[in-house]
Amino acid sequence: MAGFYLFAAAVLLLPWLGIDPYFITVVGVAAGLHIILAVGLNLLMGYAGQISLGHAAFFAIGAYASAILTTRYAWPGLLALAAGLVLAGSIAWLLARPILRLHGHYLAMATLGFGVIAHVIMVQASGWTGGPDGLGGIPPLNLFGWVVDSDTRWYAVMAAATLLALWLSLNIIDSRIGRALRAVRGSEFAAQIMGIDTARAKTQVFVVSALFAAFAGSLFAHQQSFVSPDSFNLAISVELVTMVVIGGMASTFGAAFGAIALTLLREGLVVFEDYEMLIHGALLMVVMIILPQGLFVGIGQGLRRVLALVLSRQP
Amino acid sequence: MNSAADACAPLLTVSGLEQSFGGVMALAGIDFQVPAGLIYAVIGPNGAGKTTLFNALCGFCQPAAGSIRLDGRELLGQPPYRIAAAGVARTFQNLQLFFNMSVRENVMVGAHLRAHTGLLAAALRLPRVRAEEDRLRAWADDALTLCDLSAWAERPAAVLPYGLMKRVEIARALAAQPRLLLLDEPAAGLNDTETLDLRELITRIRASGVTILLVEHHMPLVMSIADRLLVLDYGCVLAEGSPAVIQADPRVIAAYLGGAESCLDVE
Amino acid sequence: MPEQLLQFLVTGVTVGAVYALVGLGFALIYNASDVVNFAQGEFVMLGALLAIALLGTGLSLPLAALAAILITVLVGLLLERVAIEPALGAPVVSTIIITIGAAMVLRGAALLLWGKDFHTLPSFSGDAPLNLGGATLLPQSLWVLGVTALLVLLVRAFFNRTLLGKALLACSCNRAAAQLVGINVRVMLRLAYGLSAGLGAVAGILIAPITFSSYDAGVMLGLKGFSAAIVGGIGHPLGAVVGGLLLGVLEALGAGLISSGYKDAIAFLFVLMVLFFEPTGLFGAASAERV
Repeated sequence: MAGFYLFAAAVLLLPWLGIDPYFITVVGVAAGLHIILAVGLNLLMGYAGQISLGHAAFFAIGAYASAILTTRYAWPGLLALAAGLVLAGSIAWLLARPILRLHGHYLAMATLGFGVIAHVIMVQASGWTGGPDGLGGIPPLNLFGWVVDSDTRWYAVMAAATLLALWLSLNIIDSRIGRALRAVRGSEFAAQIMGIDTARAKTQVFVVSALFAAFAGSLFAHQQSFVSPDSFNLAISVELVTMVVIGGMASTFGAAFGAIALTLLREGLVVFEDYEMLIHGALLMVVMIILPQGLFVGIGQGLRRVLALVLSRQP
Repeated sequence: MNSAADACAPLLTVSGLEQSFGGVMALAGIDFQVPAGLIYAVIGPNGAGKTTLFNALCGFCQPAAGSIRLDGRELLGQPPYRIAAAGVARTFQNLQLFFNMSVRENVMVGAHLRAHTGLLAAALRLPRVRAEEDRLRAWADDALTLCDLSAWAERPAAVLPYGLMKRVEIARALAAQPRLLLLDEPAAGLNDTETLDLRELITRIRASGVTILLVEHHMPLVMSIADRLLVLDYGCVLAEGSPAVIQADPRVIAAYLGGAESCLDVE
Repeated sequence: MPEQLLQFLVTGVTVGAVYALVGLGFALIYNASDVVNFAQGEFVMLGALLAIALLGTGLSLPLAALAAILITVLVGLLLERVAIEPALGAPVVSTIIITIGAAMVLRGAALLLWGKDFHTLPSFSGDAPLNLGGATLLPQSLWVLGVTALLVLLVRAFFNRTLLGKALLACSCNRAAAQLVGINVRVMLRLAYGLSAGLGAVAGILIAPITFSSYDAGVMLGLKGFSAAIVGGIGHPLGAVVGGLLLGVLEALGAGLISSGYKDAIAFLFVLMVLFFEPTGLFGAASAERV
């Protein structure tokens, strides 16, 4: 848990370091959102070893649940958030067994297909979703009377939400359930022989990671006060997977690192305009070819090697 | 060797077990009984059906016919995790360790069924979860101690030498507190010292009250520790009995290298 | 109504043929390297846009098409050399991200070269529609179907009749064993990438007169080709062809009878249904795990 407290301290200190407020309230909040998404997806991919190329769909379910229920039906934000969680969790639960029976590229295809279907529905069901133009006018989140309507307040809310996501993820991993998940990735066969109902374990983690995504989606909807299908397309799903893989697919903090790295990358690449896609793609390729186990693990190993070298030079 | 063997009530009763793969009979109606508290070895040439038998016993393949009863309870047709819950644990010929975890964590997974923490309680890290984690850890450490692995507990399983990896598999299976332990070629790939250690470990496990079903090619090891033997050949039972009886059986000798007696001798 | 159904069928088979070619490319590359190449759709886009650009420089259509195919093949070979060879044996997710990165690079390059505009190629033999029992058939559709059929037969003959084709198949069964019997696995890899890039380019050129092409046209085509390969059972070349045709026809029927906006959703719903009932595709065999 030392890493968790360190992270919490960093989150608390960040606003007081005199950094450009834009980086705190815009980039920082986006990074927090990505961390929640990546940490949730990491439970599924990194620990249970199940790829999902359609995770943006669960992000969308949370976002649209909040957007539709608060604007069209005037539900309070927290209630809409809960409804989004229930909806995303139920859909994940229904899909989990047939989808997680698949392996490798078949699983990639199925989750990708789910993501595309969800995206088509967002675009087409315009009576509900506002179609390609999206849905605006989402009211600010009201937390028992405390209205989250400023950048500073959003930073506080997102910081708390991010820490909650990290805490939950760390708890799950370091438990009987977490070990069962890791066992599924290590050897699904041996996991079954050890008495783990692997289908159930995979279903559980699929639902949990969908809940993380829907939670992030609800926050996103309120923070942007506007949602449109562009925020939930295949490219977003791929980006989430990339965060997890860059993070090394092995640790919660790796996923958080991947989320921060890609948020900063996206921010940094904006200045390249039309070159953005080319550079982004090239960077992904280079990182994955040179460090197939991810940037987080790769950098860690590199540091250890340098340290070992330095220590061995000393008499 | 063990005259009490026949008097014991059978823990495992296998009857009429049949399994074929694309027309080839891997198991052609196997019958045998494993008395409780013994080391029961299954031997036979490659392709005799030993691994298929193990896979059937732990639910990984579903035999076409027959019955597998543990203490009278039918296991055939149950998924592997239910069979594990009934008290069957195993190790693997080709290692199936969780290479993404530490040695202790591997063994803690072995004790999975002895704990009850659910997802929600785990996510919120309730006090009872912490207490159960401590218990799981203690159980794992007991199994590690029994297998002389305590010094390696914190290491990632992936960095261990081969011989120790095989031991971790045994510790993991023991952490489940099984009634029946299936050991699939535990001595394969081990050197002489390691094999001696293994023999000593297996006897210790029997002494702790666990019934052991052993598939092994290392005849000196088998003949020195097994209480009873089952010889399979082409999916059929060729012979069954105490080591002395088996070693004297001409059909068994014929099946092994066309009569080269030496391979069944105890060195 | 029957005419209408026939019309959907004709449209569907035409689109399906293109999916089949892209799917075939997926299958070839998967066979040779166990990699699903998410840049396959970008080969299609490149073939189309290159042919259009070369035609604009004054080359004749056959020459422009040929040059476009050759350049795309070179891009395929380059991709293999730069991104796939160094990453052989990497985990599935890593290779997925590498090829997605490659797709972004190709798409990004196309964006710089041709902008975000739509481009189109003139039909090979005019636009006068033919009448087929009440349904209209564009001459270009005949080109699509004819060339696809020819290529499928050629690929089949290549695998069944030639030593090179058999060597490629051997690599897909067991790369180490293929190497042991003297097959140069690297050459086989390049062959597979060159071949699939070429197939993709042909598909792109064939369909360019029917649909508009732009820098991101490869995304959906690539996904549909991947779907075709998966439905057929990945690594099964003829399965990919059947999968592509099925997908095209279903999509056209869905677009015509239900709603054109939902056609992609219908296509992927079909893929999901296939996988739920046949987890390794229609023609794929389940591989047994040995323990």
